[in-house]
Amino acid sequence: MNVTSEKFLPIITPETEHFWEGTRQEELRLQECKSCGLTYFPPRPFCPDCSSKSISVVIGSGKAKLYSYVISHLPSPGFKPPFSIAVVELSEGPRMMTNIVECPQTPEVLVLDMPLVVVYEERSDNITVPLFKPHEEIA
Amino acid sequence: MKRVRAVVIGAAETTELGEIPDSSQVQLHADAALNALNDAGLKVRDVDGIATAGENPITIAQYLGIEPDWIDGTSVGGCSFMMHVRHSVASILSGLCTTVLITHGESGKSRVPPPEWPWPPRPGSYEGQFEAPFGAMGPPDLLTMPVLRYLSDYNVPLEDLAMVPVIQREWAAMNPKAWFKEPITVEQVLESKMIAYPFTLFMCCPRTDGGGALVITTEERANDLPGQEVYILGAGESGETMLISQMQDFTSSRAFRASAAKAFGEAGIERNDVDHLMLYDAFAHLPIFGLEDLGFCEKGQAPEFIRERNTAPGGKLPVNTNGGGLSYMHSGMYGMYAMQESIRQVRGVAAAQVPNVGISVAHGIGGMFSASGTVIFSKAPS
Ligand SMILES: [Zn+2]
Repeated sequence: MNVTSEKFLPIITPETEHFWEGTRQEELRLQECKSCGLTYFPPRPFCPDCSSKSISVVIGSGKAKLYSYVISHLPSPGFKPPFSIAVVELSEGPRMMTNIVECPQTPEVLVLDMPLVVVYEERSDNITVPLFKPHEEIA
Repeated sequence: MKRVRAVVIGAAETTELGEIPDSSQVQLHADAALNALNDAGLKVRDVDGIATAGENPITIAQYLGIEPDWIDGTSVGGCSFMMHVRHSVASILSGLCTTVLITHGESGKSRVPPPEWPWPPRPGSYEGQFEAPFGAMGPPDLLTMPVLRYLSDYNVPLEDLAMVPVIQREWAAMNPKAWFKEPITVEQVLESKMIAYPFTLFMCCPRTDGGGALVITTEERANDLPGQEVYILGAGESGETMLISQMQDFTSSRAFRASAAKAFGEAGIERNDVDHLMLYDAFAHLPIFGLEDLGFCEKGQAPEFIRERNTAPGGKLPVNTNGGGLSYMHSGMYGMYAMQESIRQVRGVAAAQVPNVGISVAHGIGGMFSASGTVIFSKAPS
């Protein structure tokens, strides 16, 4: 367990409850539109493309690739600079912000499009955030 | 029938720019407002519309002694002032008001009082749940996030990103009011303090104090006033997302493209009709995105366009001739200063005056590629 409460703690809202319940169970929960088939994130109870309310929660594979990032050298509560702040593209399509962890925080190691896999960081009793680490398996 | 047109009749910045510890933020608005009204040859009582961002417009109206019956508090970041111009023109032409004062003031450096900064966000907002937990502290490590994707997709070296502040510093050297004036080199930019890789200190704007204001009225009213009118040929605005992670394409801003298309469509001009261009540049990549998304360069071609000195002094498309947000000043919401320089260039009174500017475009960003506003200024009515 790695509780680092110094870091920013989100407050869960009704529309995002399933996502945070998922991360507590080490599941990356996305939503899928039953009308048009779109898999989307961040959460909302209707499809961002066709507005259908016919949606279901699906469990993502946790696999992603690195879309873009910065390596922050700025002081940030709970973080030890330099550290990466990244946007990853999930294999299901949606993108999300995260940190790339368990690897050197250098441009040489952090190569765009590199395969990644989700890991979880518990920050409080109800907040566990999804982070990503390099994934050796051929994507 | 004679076409009714709206014009800028007054334009001014605060008396001082840079470090102004003896003025509060609201006083910076007022100082700029009184300077702009003086430029127009108008009094406070002549104003019937007020627009501002960063402060409540009623705060500014009451402080100045304006009794407004038209109010615009659009506050979506630094391009809000471009949107205020667009809204003012539409409202004046439809008869809702006759004379609008648009004010900006920001105590970005001295922080009297500290400006409300939109970061960190509320923990229950979408930004608070899905972006703030990962340690970003604001624009330097958020607005910069698309750049590695852009550089990678178009095979652009970091030296080309570093060239943006180098060339803008050449313009700043000609401007006594610029915050930074000393020449810099690509090597110095790349070797300056790392802020958020790939962004070094010299690729990021300073934080300074200042303000600016505009007075917009009808062409008919302006004809009776001493101020030098500048025509507004067209304007556009758009928005994309408050979450930069959800921006559709990290190599191009949808909001930039939509806002520019509206402005150029309304003005009925082509890109090669533009003599002078202001591209909001809190960070070095924004002029690159601006040149491409506004249609001045093909995708991936703006870095070369800049490197080949097209935007530099003597170039065919002078850009950010006040030194830009990177060198001139950046209080936090820079859009007002971009428009002030466009207006000075069209009036022929800029510090680094470009010869024969007939048309100048000012283009702004709001938030983290969240929003955009574009205004096309002209010396002639059409
Ligand atoms: Zn749908």
